[in-house]
Amino acid sequence: MKLVTAIIKPFKLDEVRDALTAIGVHGMTVSEVKGYGRQKGHTEIYRGAEYAVNFLPKLKIEVGVPDDMEDKVVAAIVNSAKTGQIGDGKIFVSNVGHAVRIRTGETDNDAL
Amino acid sequence: MSRIQSTRFGVAGIAAALIALSAAPAFAQAAAAPAKIDAADTAFLLSATGLVLMMSIPGLALFYCGMVRKKNVLATMAQTFAAVALGSLVWMAVGYSLAFTGDGALIGTLDRIFLKGMTMESIHPAAKTIPESVFMIYQMTFAIITVALVAGSVADRMRFSAFVWFVVGWLILVYAPIAHWVWGGGFLAGAGVIDFAGGLVVHLNCGIAGLVACYVIGVRRGYGSENLAPFNLSLAVIGTGLLWVGWFGFNGGSALAAGSRAGYAVVATHLAACAGVCTWMLIEWWDRGKPSVLGMISGAIAGLGTITPASGFVLPWHGVVIGIAAGGICYWACVKLKQALGYDDSLDVFGVHGVGGATGTILVGVFAVAAIGETKGLLEGNAGQVLTQLYGVGVTLAWAAIGTFVLLKVIGFFLPLRVRDEDERIGLDLTQHGEQLQ
Repeated sequence: MKLVTAIIKPFKLDEVRDALTAIGVHGMTVSEVKGYGRQKGHTEIYRGAEYAVNFLPKLKIEVGVPDDMEDKVVAAIVNSAKTGQIGDGKIFVSNVGHAVRIRTGETDNDAL
Repeated sequence: MSRIQSTRFGVAGIAAALIALSAAPAFAQAAAAPAKIDAADTAFLLSATGLVLMMSIPGLALFYCGMVRKKNVLATMAQTFAAVALGSLVWMAVGYSLAFTGDGALIGTLDRIFLKGMTMESIHPAAKTIPESVFMIYQMTFAIITVALVAGSVADRMRFSAFVWFVVGWLILVYAPIAHWVWGGGFLAGAGVIDFAGGLVVHLNCGIAGLVACYVIGVRRGYGSENLAPFNLSLAVIGTGLLWVGWFGFNGGSALAAGSRAGYAVVATHLAACAGVCTWMLIEWWDRGKPSVLGMISGAIAGLGTITPASGFVLPWHGVVIGIAAGGICYWACVKLKQALGYDDSLDVFGVHGVGGATGTILVGVFAVAAIGETKGLLEGNAGQVLTQLYGVGVTLAWAAIGTFVLLKVIGFFLPLRVRDEDERIGLDLTQHGEQLQ
């Protein structure tokens, strides 16, 4: 099993969700996060007081998938979240040791 | 007294008291009838009282709370609320009497302490066509917004308990004397200083008090290094709108009668606010590249505060000029002067109200038109009025600074003026009031 973690631009969420649903991913967890990469922040000015805002709002999507789905899922996120502009985000894939569905007690791939 | 120079008030108080007893409309039409309670004036001043109270709650509460950080929103609103509630009681108990009774040069009397002696028939000599009760509560709304304004300078860090004591002490020690000198027949009125609705009494006074308070209490933790950006400027925009509308009662009502002078005051007030918005917007656009919403609302308040002493003395186009001056000078004070001197006036009470109040008080000496307010300014050949106005600014500035400093030192002797560092970091909502926005 793999955990695919993608940091995307907030307005791309619906497109990413549709793309993942289309390839059979049936759930995800989304969090509002802040961060920075190569995209620079911006400066805000309040009556002359300047504040550099380095951390920009992004969304973090987490999806647990079987090993054989990894490439399809990553490709779907890349295709749907891409704008070609700096700041499109990143995808990290990590191994998952164990998974349990709380309601039924099913484990691993059955729990995804 | 600048507020009462209209000829209709120039009648003997004894006659007014007698006539106030007779309600028959026929008497009112007698040619040389002494003043009596006028229904239109009374209705107008009651409405104006409501408008000025609306400036504090919710106007100022929203204006201020939108400009602080999210952890201090409720604490900021609590300061305005406390100023309204406690300040009103102090005004009833002693403030009104000290400010508006007697003809002493320095301070009023205790004749109206706890409103003792105020009756259904009584009037105040400054407003002989409205009941004294209406005059008293109208003036009350001015006192409470003035002390509520001071809180903006020390937002994000002053202890609530210290502020509560400050409200009581400041209204008695600083506000009541200055109101007496300018409006209650004291020595500034005697010297010919004119201040229609509170350029000295309200705006310069609260601005200087705020400046002194932020020096005494010190800069906010993280000032100059951390991001202290406003939590929700849309609330501040709503607050500005309420203040602006309320200002029609503030300046229009200061004519103390429903008539042409109130009309001219409202016109000048509105035009000055508009000119202030446009001026601040254009300067910021040019200076910083973008016209900010905070800048536009700051320009509105600057224009409104600056026209306050002049409204009721000047022509509409003077209001525009004063508004432009307000936008420029207050922008400079908030953006350049504050950074140069390093004080942390959180919500720019000094930069907007203090600097604007002084500017307007001086400019009314330039523009005053005898046909409107019976006082000639520089443009009508009375250059001395500018000097008289400068005298008023100097005296008000000195008393507000000294009184505020002494009061804060006395309060600070008994309890800390400032919250603990850790509490400031956590936020005043939670540490002072046990609540917070989710």
